[in-house]
Amino acid sequence: MSSVYDVAIIGAGVTGASIARRLSAYKLRVVLLEKECDVSFGVSKANSGIIHGGFHHGASTLKSRLEIQGNIMFDALQRDLHFPFRRCGILVAALSFEEMKTVEKLYMQGVQNGSIGIELCNRERMLSLEPKLNRDVVGGLHAPSGGIVEPYRLVFSLVESAVKNGVELKTKFKVNGVDITGERFHISSVNGETVTSRYAVNAAGLRADEISKLFKAEEFTISPRKGEEYLMDRNAAAFTSRVIFPVPSPNSKGMLVIPTVEGTTMVGPTAEEIEDKEDLATTGDNFEKVFYSARRLVPSVSERDIITAFVGLRPALEGNDFYIAISTKCPKLVQAAGIQSPGLTAAPAIGEYVKDLLKKAGLILEEKPNYDPAIDPLPRIREVDPFTAEKLIEKNPSYGNIVCRCESISEAEIVEAIKKGHTTLDGIKFYTRAQMGRCQGGFCTYKILKIIQRETGLSVDEITKRGAGSWEITGRVGEFQIFSRTGGKE
Amino acid sequence: MTEKKYDSVIIGGGSAGMAAACRIAEAGYSCAIVERETALGGILNQCIHNGFGLHHFKEELTGPEYAERFIQAVKDKGLDVYLETTVMDIEDTGSMKSFYGYSSVYGLLHFSCRSIVLAMGCRERNRGNIGTPGTRPSGIFTAGLAQRLVNIDGYIPGKKIVIVGSGDIGLIMARRMTWVGTEVLGVVEIQPYPAGLTRNIVQCLTDFNIPLHLSHVVSKIWGKERVEGVRVSPVGTEEGGNRASFDLDCDTLLLSVGLVPDNEISKKAGVDLNPETGGALVDSRLMTSVEGIFACGNVLHVHDLVDFVTEESQRCGEAVCHYLKGVAPGRQYRTVSGANVKYVLPNMYNPDGDNRFYLRPLVVKNGAELVVKIEGREVIRKKLRHVQPSEMVSFTLDREEIPSLESSRGNTLETGIL
Ligand SMILES: Cc1cc2nc3c(=O)[nH]c(=O)nc-3n(C[C@H](O)[C@H](O)[C@H](O)COP(=O)(O)OP(=O)(O)OC[C@H]3O[C@@H](n4cnc5c(N)ncnc54)[C@H](O)[C@@H]3O)c2cc1C
Ligand SMILES: Cc1cc2nc3c(=O)[nH]c(=O)nc-3n(C[C@H](O)[C@H](O)[C@H](O)COP(=O)(O)OP(=O)(O)OC[C@H]3O[C@@H](n4cnc5c(N)ncnc54)[C@H](O)[C@@H]3O)c2cc1C
Repeated sequence: MSSVYDVAIIGAGVTGASIARRLSAYKLRVVLLEKECDVSFGVSKANSGIIHGGFHHGASTLKSRLEIQGNIMFDALQRDLHFPFRRCGILVAALSFEEMKTVEKLYMQGVQNGSIGIELCNRERMLSLEPKLNRDVVGGLHAPSGGIVEPYRLVFSLVESAVKNGVELKTKFKVNGVDITGERFHISSVNGETVTSRYAVNAAGLRADEISKLFKAEEFTISPRKGEEYLMDRNAAAFTSRVIFPVPSPNSKGMLVIPTVEGTTMVGPTAEEIEDKEDLATTGDNFEKVFYSARRLVPSVSERDIITAFVGLRPALEGNDFYIAISTKCPKLVQAAGIQSPGLTAAPAIGEYVKDLLKKAGLILEEKPNYDPAIDPLPRIREVDPFTAEKLIEKNPSYGNIVCRCESISEAEIVEAIKKGHTTLDGIKFYTRAQMGRCQGGFCTYKILKIIQRETGLSVDEITKRGAGSWEITGRVGEFQIFSRTGGKE
Repeated sequence: MTEKKYDSVIIGGGSAGMAAACRIAEAGYSCAIVERETALGGILNQCIHNGFGLHHFKEELTGPEYAERFIQAVKDKGLDVYLETTVMDIEDTGSMKSFYGYSSVYGLLHFSCRSIVLAMGCRERNRGNIGTPGTRPSGIFTAGLAQRLVNIDGYIPGKKIVIVGSGDIGLIMARRMTWVGTEVLGVVEIQPYPAGLTRNIVQCLTDFNIPLHLSHVVSKIWGKERVEGVRVSPVGTEEGGNRASFDLDCDTLLLSVGLVPDNEISKKAGVDLNPETGGALVDSRLMTSVEGIFACGNVLHVHDLVDFVTEESQRCGEAVCHYLKGVAPGRQYRTVSGANVKYVLPNMYNPDGDNRFYLRPLVVKNGAELVVKIEGREVIRKKLRHVQPSEMVSFTLDREEIPSLESSRGNTLETGIL
């Protein structure tokens, strides 16, 4: 078969998804390759969800430029893609005059970068912007352009939009070999599948170094830097109106108090250099650290409100900047590596930037006349008023079946998730929020297992939490009893 | 939108909701039960073991059998029951309350009523609540969810099981999982004493040689996709001396680490909660801080025996009838917990009526004494053979036992265990 793709993108995190969506506006055959069984199952699902305000990094870095650009692109993106996003603003709280000196530097940096509306604040201003702050605050910074986003919903909607415009998505495609013949890349997976493309983009997050090696391109090392985060109930007293940062140290933005778009409160992340790219374990020690430092900012933060914890690994590169460039050793490959924070913020701008690099590398971009940047919004029962709810239920009764009671998620929304390809418990969780609330699936898991079986035809022991190996159910009660009963009686 | 009007609507059709509803209907008031599941019975439907009803029916029933008696009564009394209908946001508009019921069967229902009984039961505490470090693979279930999966859906959630917490559900699941042919490696309990009823320790662990590790915690979980093992460590290792941590290879972890009254919609209705119980603050009539909204069963406080749920809920139903009739409560004074008592309910008593109290001890003790004082004056002193936190204590205070009280004073009633 002569099915040669113009571009193969490796990795369906926010970086790969943004690039795929951007390229979907052109007459190109694009394939998006992802090793997991769903998209956004890498770093892009486990982060702080902040759209940064453009003051943390100096203007000379690439990430700072892309952060500012990416930030500005979010309003338009949300209008098209309907993911949860709010420009709630960011505060940096200084608790001493020493810290205030750093804040002044951040402010100057923000002004230089072009952070819109950035403001240096005295104590009174800080406390009026956020009355829950520690009363010992001496001043700080306010970046009104900062915001919060639900990161997996962002990625899901980017991919949905890309697929709608012709991008092919291949999940469970773990790239483990690349053959280069003339102008063609033959990219093969552990399952023995191969795709052929003329150009390739390395957006493999923590594995970008390994992918680069497969292309015999640049050698570099991605070092995982671990971040633990703790999520608290929607009723937590510590819910603030803006994201609260401490004053950063030279190598970390510090641990924050984050009001998520969905109304829960999150604290973290830690920053710890580790070796193992798969080490997603939380530790007791870090728990103490996170809560100690969060309480310094907002004293009402309480561990009693915790509903869950998670870990994300930042794919850090030496020098700590993004590495987005045409490979010098392999000129049809574009590297998008070292995308640690502010990778989420910068993603839309990375999409633009990589598109331009591909063009530079020789890819011909011709606009698609029928490109449709928007996807259909999915009505969610908890977001609509009773009259709209009534109409929804009339049209589709399963909107009236509330499956997840903590987050008020209807059966219709779960079915929609499954139809969009999210067939694991985690996929459904990230798409709908069912199992994400305070009971963490205690009430609704059995119902969701039933719905997945009905919609996909999978048997219950084939359903997983997040792909191969993460099975939920081993078998059925009585399978062996039935055997002995017939054996005994007949 | 379909409008529904009742004197009283009961939210939740478990043992609490059914008992309250029956009392209200018997008095001739119009009354309905709204239940989100496909059947009445609540948590009882998945408790297929026996041990229910020893107090109330003086016989030993299984959970579904116990429920069935009330389901029959609900039918006989001709109560309106809305199954597969979930109540969201209650609105309090003074003498009338209103709320929406979401249902795939009935569409959107709008209820208005003069009184509401909250009977939504409780939810289970989970891993996040106890903060166990480690990875987050599949194979970590709350014990109640596992019970539901096994007993109702017929799904077996693993092969080698470790149970965290020795609450009743955990203990019963240890036996149940053994019966379905899985291997239960042990039960790990942080306290130096078990959290469940003694009879369950004997019948569910001892009889099956399942080890109970008291004063231990699961300190780490590993496994990338599915649970592969856990570390069990003694509490306070420093003084633990020669006690060492050990690892168990398992693929499943069941958590039985406590229940929390499920009061999300109560909060939205403006009901004040008691941090000690997680349930509403209630007066001597089991009425919450919102006039006309009552609470009973596990949504008020977590019960260990369904018999007490029934008793409490029948009283609640009677109180609703008085309220609907327009009977004012008269004098009411505060109750507080004294020595060794975690909480006492209700939070008010009525010196002109008979009062029934439920309290949760904080200590394990043989030969204890219950001491009840009003304004420092002892009104009851009663011997209790054995108390422990997992077993609720109840007692009555009749009108005759209450001395005459001066209305100018606080007249606070204090209960203690000595
Ligand atoms: C704790 C934490 C907090 C953060 N907070 C923020 C924040 O608040 N704001 C912000 O802007 N940024 C934040 N970040 C950074 C942000 O999350 C990342 O920059 C961003 O998610 C990176 O996206 P990505 O697509 O490059 O990587 P990923 O999401 O990891 O995507 C890479 C994908 O490649 C796939 N892949 C890997 N190898 C292969 C292979 N061989 N074959 C096929 N597929 C493969 C992976 O499975 C993965 O899905 C945070 C990061 C962390 C860890
Ligand atoms: C797992 C478990 C095991 C137990 N084992 C024993 C035992 O062995 N022996 C014993 O004597 N006691 C036992 N108990 C105690 C006793 O049986 C229960 O406490 C009692 O049945 C609780 O009754 P309830 O009506 O308060 O709550 P539930 O039975 O939980 O009923 C609450 C009902 O409300 C419904 N509901 C909740 N929210 C809404 C809403 N928004 N809209 C509509 N409906 C709603 C729920 O679906 C549920 O059916 C056990 C309890 C539990 C939780």
